[in-house]
Amino acid sequence: MATTTASQLTRSRVRDAWLYLLPMLIVLAAVAGYPLLMTIYYGFTDATLSTAFSWDFDWVGLDNYIEYVDFGDGTGEYYGLLFDPTWINAVWNTIKFTVISVSLETVLGMAVALTLHAHFRGRGLLRTAILIPWAIPTIVSAKMWAWMLHDQFGIINDILMGLGVISSPIAWTASPDTALAAVIIVDVWKTTPFMALLILAGLQMLPGDIYEAAKVDGVHPVKVFFRVTLPLVRPALMVAVIFRALDSLRIFDLIYVLTPNNAQTRSMSVFAQENLFQFNKFYYGSAASTFLFLVIAMLVISFIKFGRLRLGD
Amino acid sequence: MVQAKSLCAALLVGVSPLALAGAATAAEVSIVSGAVGNDLQILREMLDIWQERTGHTANIVSMPPSTTDQFGQYRLWLAAGNADIDVYRVDVIWAPQLADHFLDLTEAAADVIPNHFPSIIESQTVDGKLVALPFFTDAPALYYRTDLLEKHGFEVPKTWAELTETAQAIMDAERAEGDSDIYGFVFQGAPYEGLTCNALEWVKSHGGGQIVEPDGEISVNSPNAVAALEMAASWIGTIAPEGVLSYKEEDARGVWQTGNAVFMRNWPYAYSLGNGDDSAVKGLFDVAPLPMGEGGEGSAATLGGWNLAVSKYSQNPEVAIDLALFLASEEVQKYQALNASRLPTIMSLYDDPEIAEAQPIIPQWKDIFLQAVPRPSAPTKTSYNEVSQEFWTAVHNTLSGNGSAADNLANLERNLRRLRGAGW
Repeated sequence: MATTTASQLTRSRVRDAWLYLLPMLIVLAAVAGYPLLMTIYYGFTDATLSTAFSWDFDWVGLDNYIEYVDFGDGTGEYYGLLFDPTWINAVWNTIKFTVISVSLETVLGMAVALTLHAHFRGRGLLRTAILIPWAIPTIVSAKMWAWMLHDQFGIINDILMGLGVISSPIAWTASPDTALAAVIIVDVWKTTPFMALLILAGLQMLPGDIYEAAKVDGVHPVKVFFRVTLPLVRPALMVAVIFRALDSLRIFDLIYVLTPNNAQTRSMSVFAQENLFQFNKFYYGSAASTFLFLVIAMLVISFIKFGRLRLGD
Repeated sequence: MVQAKSLCAALLVGVSPLALAGAATAAEVSIVSGAVGNDLQILREMLDIWQERTGHTANIVSMPPSTTDQFGQYRLWLAAGNADIDVYRVDVIWAPQLADHFLDLTEAAADVIPNHFPSIIESQTVDGKLVALPFFTDAPALYYRTDLLEKHGFEVPKTWAELTETAQAIMDAERAEGDSDIYGFVFQGAPYEGLTCNALEWVKSHGGGQIVEPDGEISVNSPNAVAALEMAASWIGTIAPEGVLSYKEEDARGVWQTGNAVFMRNWPYAYSLGNGDDSAVKGLFDVAPLPMGEGGEGSAATLGGWNLAVSKYSQNPEVAIDLALFLASEEVQKYQALNASRLPTIMSLYDDPEIAEAQPIIPQWKDIFLQAVPRPSAPTKTSYNEVSQEFWTAVHNTLSGNGSAADNLANLERNLRRLRGAGW
């Protein structure tokens, strides 16, 4: 008798919970679920921008991903995303960008967080000030850096020339050797504060008594960092790295403003945008977006699995 | 001040008994336009005239200077049926790709069509529909510093080889005299539509065809085209700054107008700005046709130009058409020629003595624009943007030393064949 009431109670509470969740779920389905499903769907059709909204397109199966086209003269070639050199190049660019920029941001962010974790006068002010690059809209900071990196009028070249580091101005955003580096520099400048903030939050959760014990035992600070701080802060660090990696994999705005149409910095998102709007290949851009979504999803899953992260806890 | 005046006019109209209907139909329309130099300022001045005459209001929505960026935004707006924009300033190459979204202006412009150059009207006609009215046309010029050429005893170069030699010699001499900022030649080398225009001129003038021929044949992988790109690649870091690989029109003009370049390839708009009061090269330069290639077909200039299209999603199509007709009129084109050295599309203006006096480049440029080379937007149809992107990528790679001209062009041919598939 008692168990039935309990389960009835539980059931009604579960029902209430769903009721309260419902508005949010509907909103999520409308603004995230529907666009995602439509993008995946468009990737299997031949929809262009002019036909996509009038439903005047056909199902083409996997053709956007892999298709053999016969030129009619006995020759033919494989088409589709998986065989598109531009796309493959874009995937590599994105991975390169993500690995390098997230690594740099993690190391620098950790250094900044450790510094800010210490007690000193003006800490609050400094913590606020360091967030400024993160607070500036990307378009603005990208445009600002574009001028600073300009080969004729830019301040970076002026300073480097003044110091005698370089003998002639470097065309940062134009030269293929430095274009990706320029994008990475700006991204690191912009997002290191974000990384530092997340790590700092993790650091502040650490129990003080372990450090006292280490101090009493006379352990070297470097050893304390690697043996105590790093293992303890690892979950927070991993979450920060995942956040940044996801962000980097869909990098668009910075590249679009700083080095537009440059083959050395074309990322997956830039490729998708070009196809969606510049080339009117809505289907192809959708397929690319779907692929990008898959890459990100797989990365998150493997991170959680191999990082033995329990995000729920 | 002008705004205050038109406000007064509107108020006066509002109180007069006749004008109840007039007040009700006073509409607000928006025109979207990219800009280089003082384009937007000139446009605003002309819109003010139109506002005073009609009682309507016209707003400018401004766009970034890169043609490529503008196109992506316009396509998006048009696909979404955006009613906020009534009139679009469109590039000469866009007509086939955007035709479906614009109103047919054939009837509205029937009286004035014969005044314009037939070739321009034809370029804006898609399947018998006049998609856009000509606003101004464009054909590039070789800007050169008369003072420096004279000082060092050089003639205006007739071929690209002469240009290379002259630029190098003057640059070296000037640098030896202590002007460490001077370069020989600047152009548009950033990876965007402008590089397609520049490179088409190099290739065409070397007898290397026009990327895709009118019959759809892909002609870009030829020894002549290889020679043209090799020549251009040799400029980077010698007579041209390395940063030219990220220069658009305004970046090149920035270097030129501060007196830091001997030669510049640019559109005629830079002529009036270069003679402005804030220009370091005022009165020190002149223009010539672009040089010829070695053993090529002579000078080649890429046909540019901008036109005015009326969106079919406009809520005030009649007012919008009226605005487009006004902006394409002889009066406005003359104003624009005098104040911004933009080439008119109305034939009679090339004989106008006032224009010849104020902007001598304009009558001089009539033949050049009449013989200008069109980009292959007609044969490649809706694939043009991708063709152009493939082309400028191959050129940009070559210029930045990323692969040889021969390899990049062979690769380009392969990509274009892929793109064409069974047919454009």
